Amino acid sequence: MNSWLRSLIVPIEGTAHAAAVDRLYVFLIWLTAFFFVLVAGLLTYFVIRYRRRGPDDRTPRITHHHGLEFAWTAIPLALVMVVFFWGFRLFMDAAVAPGDALEIQVLARKWVWQFEYPNGVRSVNELHVPLGKPVKLIMTSDDVIHSFFVPTFRIKQDVVPNTYTQLWFEATEPGVHIVECTQYCGKGHSTMLAKIFVDDEKKYNDWLENGGDEGKSMPLAAFGAMLYANRGCHTCHSVDGTRGDGPTFKNVFGRPVRLIGGRSAMADENYLRTCMMTPQVNVVLGFEPIMPTFQGMLREREIQALIAFIKAQSDLGGVPPAGSAASSAARGPSGKP
Amino acid sequence: MPEDAIATQTGEGAANSGPANYLNEPRGLWSWLTTVDHKRIGVMYLFSVLFAFLLGGIFAILIRVQLLHSGGGIMKPETYNKIFTLHGVVMIFLFIIPSIPAAFGNFVLPLMLGAKDVAFPRLNLASYYIYVVGALLGIAAMVTGGLDTGWTLYTPYSTSTNGSVSLMTLAAFILGFSSIFTGINFIATVHKLRAPGMTWFRMPLFVWGIYSTAIIQILATPVLGITLLLLIMERMFHIGIFDPKLGGDPVLFQHFFWFYSHPAVYIMILPGMAIISEVIPAFSRKNIFGYKAIAYSSVAIALVSFLVWGHHMFVSGQSQFASAIFSFLTFLVAIPSGVKMFNWLATMYKGSISLEAPMLFAISFLLLFAIGGLTGLFLGALSVDVHLHDTYFVVAHFHFVMMGGTVMAFLAGLHYWWPKMFGRMYSERWARVAAALVFVGFNVTFLSQFLMGSQGMPRRYYNYLPQYHPMHVVSTIGSWFLGVGFLVMAGYLAVSLRKKMDAPANPWGATGLEWQTSSPPPTHNFEQVPVVTHGPYEYSLMGAGK
Repeated sequence: MNSWLRSLIVPIEGTAHAAAVDRLYVFLIWLTAFFFVLVAGLLTYFVIRYRRRGPDDRTPRITHHHGLEFAWTAIPLALVMVVFFWGFRLFMDAAVAPGDALEIQVLARKWVWQFEYPNGVRSVNELHVPLGKPVKLIMTSDDVIHSFFVPTFRIKQDVVPNTYTQLWFEATEPGVHIVECTQYCGKGHSTMLAKIFVDDEKKYNDWLENGGDEGKSMPLAAFGAMLYANRGCHTCHSVDGTRGDGPTFKNVFGRPVRLIGGRSAMADENYLRTCMMTPQVNVVLGFEPIMPTFQGMLREREIQALIAFIKAQSDLGGVPPAGSAASSAARGPSGKP
Repeated sequence: MPEDAIATQTGEGAANSGPANYLNEPRGLWSWLTTVDHKRIGVMYLFSVLFAFLLGGIFAILIRVQLLHSGGGIMKPETYNKIFTLHGVVMIFLFIIPSIPAAFGNFVLPLMLGAKDVAFPRLNLASYYIYVVGALLGIAAMVTGGLDTGWTLYTPYSTSTNGSVSLMTLAAFILGFSSIFTGINFIATVHKLRAPGMTWFRMPLFVWGIYSTAIIQILATPVLGITLLLLIMERMFHIGIFDPKLGGDPVLFQHFFWFYSHPAVYIMILPGMAIISEVIPAFSRKNIFGYKAIAYSSVAIALVSFLVWGHHMFVSGQSQFASAIFSFLTFLVAIPSGVKMFNWLATMYKGSISLEAPMLFAISFLLLFAIGGLTGLFLGALSVDVHLHDTYFVVAHFHFVMMGGTVMAFLAGLHYWWPKMFGRMYSERWARVAAALVFVGFNVTFLSQFLMGSQGMPRRYYNYLPQYHPMHVVSTIGSWFLGVGFLVMAGYLAVSLRKKMDAPANPWGATGLEWQTSSPPPTHNFEQVPVVTHGPYEYSLMGAGK
């Protein structure tokens, strides 16, 4: 009965802590269900049993009853104290990470999650952790408050600028778990998702060394399309020409781009690479300089894949036009060749 | 049965068809705009908050229609973020906070006390105009760009985003004064203007509830005012208080904000409980059970409500020790609400229960508020809250307490006092249809949100994962039933205003002093100053008000 209830109302239990929280959760469901049935049952019974029978109905003058009033104060009070201590206990267990926990730095920014591992490897929107090992996240934010929520682990912690907050877990369920941002942070809030990959130690170490086999068997542009979706590019850059917080990818490749400071540049492979690695160098006219750097967070093949994907969004894709940036600037960004 | 109820009017009720009453004497628009009559001010507030409710309701329907699909749909993410912000701001600051105290409190509190008016009638009118100014500024903020901060205005998002944040914040700041003026007025009125014989423990529980609310209004609202002012100064003059880029502390804003906004949820619910304490005895025709317990629990809630703000911040990074204290106090504040619930039930025991519209809404309140209160226990428990915080579970809990609680009580009060305010009876049959639609629609809309929140659906999401789609669809369909219920209600209430005055002085056979004067009351409330000789709910002794 209880496991059926759990599967209906909560996600799978990805940690031992999740299972412990669920025990309290299920207890609360039965406790509150009891009181609701009591209230609704008495209400229904009274409405039927004591319905008005005529205009001259008389009622007994009952004003209070000390015993009853004491009972319905003291019994709920005792019960909620049990709930308080139970919830408090689990909360404190979750507050302190074991000393041998693997430490991973988390940086939240609009609207991506960045992770840095002890050996210096970094990743975006995907967190790889070993199965059955405690992992401690040390988190901060680059802009506004975000919140790191893993429903399957039953953990959540705000990520605050200028402050380090912590979270720890020991994953017991291999596979992919979803991270959602739960502190409202603007336009991309609902797409600020990450994936936690829980793998056995060997696979985890392999990923740490070699970057895993993600996209290895895919064509570059298809791999790029996948990265576009799960590295957060899509929150600012559209592919259908609509204006977002960053320039659209539609028809950008192979055309000149007007930048702030009166400069212009040709959108070729080097331009796109520079935009990802040092975005403040080339800020497109009419946009805020808010793009975060992806230096060190994208592997070489991932950069190539993204460039291939952006190329594929352009009707000039793969055929860089002849002529320098300066001579073609006069045609403007939307001019036909 | 309405016929039975009409037959049980008091002797004084015979004067109800007299032409001179507060609605038609003096005449003319100017006499309304400059009135210091608490009843007229109450009526003006009533129609103002009903307009705000309509506006906020339209935003709510837009949100639900948008969420039929993840992403895409009828609006862009920027628009969606503005719409849910405006839904919250309008419903909280323009509707629910002023709703019961300013509309019904103004209208019936002096009547219940046997007073001619509130203690400071001009201050009362000023509070209304301040409300209007605040509301107009709020509407100006909506049409000059809107804002996308959420009604909670968390920094540093709110200090860094574009839009009319400062203007809307200024509007909320000004609205706060309206709330404070109303609170001051009610406290002074309760202390100074009680009729002869109206001792503290002969006051109706509605008065106790409004009195407790007034205490919170005057103590907590200034904190909100100061906080909003600091926010405006940070946005306009870059004075670093909350923004870490300027050396401020963003979590400090949350402490300030919830120091007001948690007591504020009791500003919203205590008046609702106060209405229920009137309606249940009247329609059970029985003395209220545990009068003193209910009266004291209102004051207890008002005081303890100041000490639980940190339960909104269990995952904010505040110390675990603080979180533990706040969790403990949160469970304590749950007890007085539970006590009230049992008292209302015990009032119905061996009563003579009749199910006219006000009682139907009161019963809806009991069921929905029970769910709202009980789900609060999940959120008070630290480790469970960590999972549920900022998910649709919280959205559903909040709506069960505020809409299932306060709005149902507001509707109970609206249907209870409507004949007194306007001298007209509405269609009882259509009122039942509306009550059923609202009850069913509400549950379909928000029970599904408990489920999806528990499964991990975060609030304020424009896009969502596919597994939540069926529950969003169910919730949206529920919102349409809810919307139709309110349209039906608007219809029969408007129709009732067009017919001749037909309400007797005391259509429900109720015992409060407000029922001893005609419907609608004369300008000065009572032909003679009433003398009070017994408690407010002596239904048993008096034989149904006779």
